[in-house]
Amino acid sequence: MKLLNYTTQYQALLLLPLITIWAVLFYYTMLDEIYDSLDDGLENQKIVLVKRAAVDPSILTQDDEDFVKHIYNFTPISITAFNSFQESYRDTLMYRQNEDDNEPVRVYESAVRYEDDFYKLKIITSMVEEDDLIEHLIVYLIGLYVFLVISILILNNWMLRRIWKPFYGLIGQLRNFRIEKNKGFQIPESNIEEFELLNTTVGKLIKKSTDSFVAQKQFIENASHELQTPLAISINKLELFLENNELKKKQLKDIATVLDNLGKLTRMNKSLLLLSKIENHQYENEEQVDLIALTDNIVRDFEDMADHKKMKIVVISNGLLRYQMNEDLATILLTNLIKNTLIHGKKKESIQIKINQDSWQIRNFGEMQELDQRSLFTRFKKSANHKKSTGLGLAITKAIADRYSLELEYQFEGTHTFKIGFP
Amino acid sequence: MKILIIEDEPEMLDNMRQSLEREQYNIEAATDYKTAMRKVGVYEYDCILLDIGLPDGNGLELLKQLKDSGKGDGVIIVSARDSLDDRLTGLNLGADDYLSKPFHMAELHARVKAVLRRRHFDGSKLVELGNLTIDPESRTVKIDNAEIILNRKEYDILMYLITNKTRLVTKAALAEHVWGDHIDQSDSFDFIYSQIKNLRKKLESATINVEAVYGVGYKLEVV
Repeated sequence: MKLLNYTTQYQALLLLPLITIWAVLFYYTMLDEIYDSLDDGLENQKIVLVKRAAVDPSILTQDDEDFVKHIYNFTPISITAFNSFQESYRDTLMYRQNEDDNEPVRVYESAVRYEDDFYKLKIITSMVEEDDLIEHLIVYLIGLYVFLVISILILNNWMLRRIWKPFYGLIGQLRNFRIEKNKGFQIPESNIEEFELLNTTVGKLIKKSTDSFVAQKQFIENASHELQTPLAISINKLELFLENNELKKKQLKDIATVLDNLGKLTRMNKSLLLLSKIENHQYENEEQVDLIALTDNIVRDFEDMADHKKMKIVVISNGLLRYQMNEDLATILLTNLIKNTLIHGKKKESIQIKINQDSWQIRNFGEMQELDQRSLFTRFKKSANHKKSTGLGLAITKAIADRYSLELEYQFEGTHTFKIGFP
Repeated sequence: MKILIIEDEPEMLDNMRQSLEREQYNIEAATDYKTAMRKVGVYEYDCILLDIGLPDGNGLELLKQLKDSGKGDGVIIVSARDSLDDRLTGLNLGADDYLSKPFHMAELHARVKAVLRRRHFDGSKLVELGNLTIDPESRTVKIDNAEIILNRKEYDILMYLITNKTRLVTKAALAEHVWGDHIDQSDSFDFIYSQIKNLRKKLESATINVEAVYGVGYKLEVV
């Protein structure tokens, strides 16, 4: 969940009880105020009526008990009743013409004296319809709540965007950051203390990892450099020796053996270097590689080797297989698997490569024995009868597959099958 | 032909010098950036072998300077750093070729000769050996003026052996040159034999012979 929605969610939850409590308080206070005002009006009405009675005593005898003609009525009472009379306000239901229904009214009862007569005075006034009031109040409160939540959302959105701008800028850059690409990382500036701390810390971390990445890359390159030069010197010295001297068969063979081994050392050094480079993500240029065309090219390169072992490589392709990856690594990936089957495959047998839209697999006849799944793709694992292999070929294949999240599997069902699954 | 070798490793330099001198080239050497700059400032070279890692500067920087002063033709970068970046930068800067260490002497000669051939169109462009005439432009081979048809690999093998006609070419060097880099991890280079056999058959009437040297490699012999 986004930070913005997270805070808004809490604010909305908090607002709900707050507005409810406030609504209850507001309702009772308002009602109280309304009663107060109604009662004041009724009392005022009483004074007016008493004054009017002095002018027009007929209102004292109108006898309108059901308030059909007027909103007041005088009823004569005894002096004892007058003396003990308690003024009262109460609510009651009464039929109202306009609503054609019984509606709440406020009734005021008081005792008045006119000359020597005593009267009970009842005055009514129409009341607030509480159910209507509550209903309206709820509708308006829900409206207010929705309005508030929307306003908070908009305000938060706007504020967060403004205040958290440097933060989002930073995480946006972090998401796209690739250490091997060595692109400039812009540390945003901020007046907010926490952000400034975050920015400087991230800046330091990035500098540190970039430095160590560069150092590691340099170390690999230097190590390889240090090994390549003595290898080159030794190989070339021996080649010169062959050039310059007429040698006997035995001497030639010995030198050839040394050269072979130096060649093997060179290949091993190159393979180790390649492995480190793959694992350090140093092949970052990617393109859509057509794996069918690539397979055909590689197979053509190996034709002579296959012919020599009287093997045949058959490529069966159903549909297109293209994948976004580094072309050199794709070439190495397929080359290693094809070479592997050629080296370990039985003479005079065929090798089958099957390409589908999402997989590439190679099948061959080799030793009738399953290879060890666990150690198959580890470094320096090699079969005893192939002394010249470096034992790094399948480790490199695995490293490339891992790099692009490809599934690399080995199966044995009388034939050896290596399969690459493209997601 | 004048060749400048810029290489800080004395043994490496000595090997290259010895091998190239046998081809009657005039060899000059520089072991650091400063000497190299001074030499290229004074003399003209037909080919420059340039090591990238020099003790007092980067070879790529030197190449840039050479290009700026119009003397950057015929440069072959020789580097122990088989790094893609360096290769691309070098070739983009206008180097003619890139050779990564360790290399075979035969390969060095092939590259140097290719550069010299490209730069000097003087005289005949044809390569002649015995009764064989080869036109590298059109990749055609004639024996006593009768053309023989070679496939790509047979032609590459023949050219490579002719380029290195005075020396023994090891099977590894030949395989890597003709079959490319993929092949270099194969357990044996015996497969090149069938192409050699075909080539020999086609060269039956020629006055040159592809000699096998005790399983080590091959050598061209003019009879």
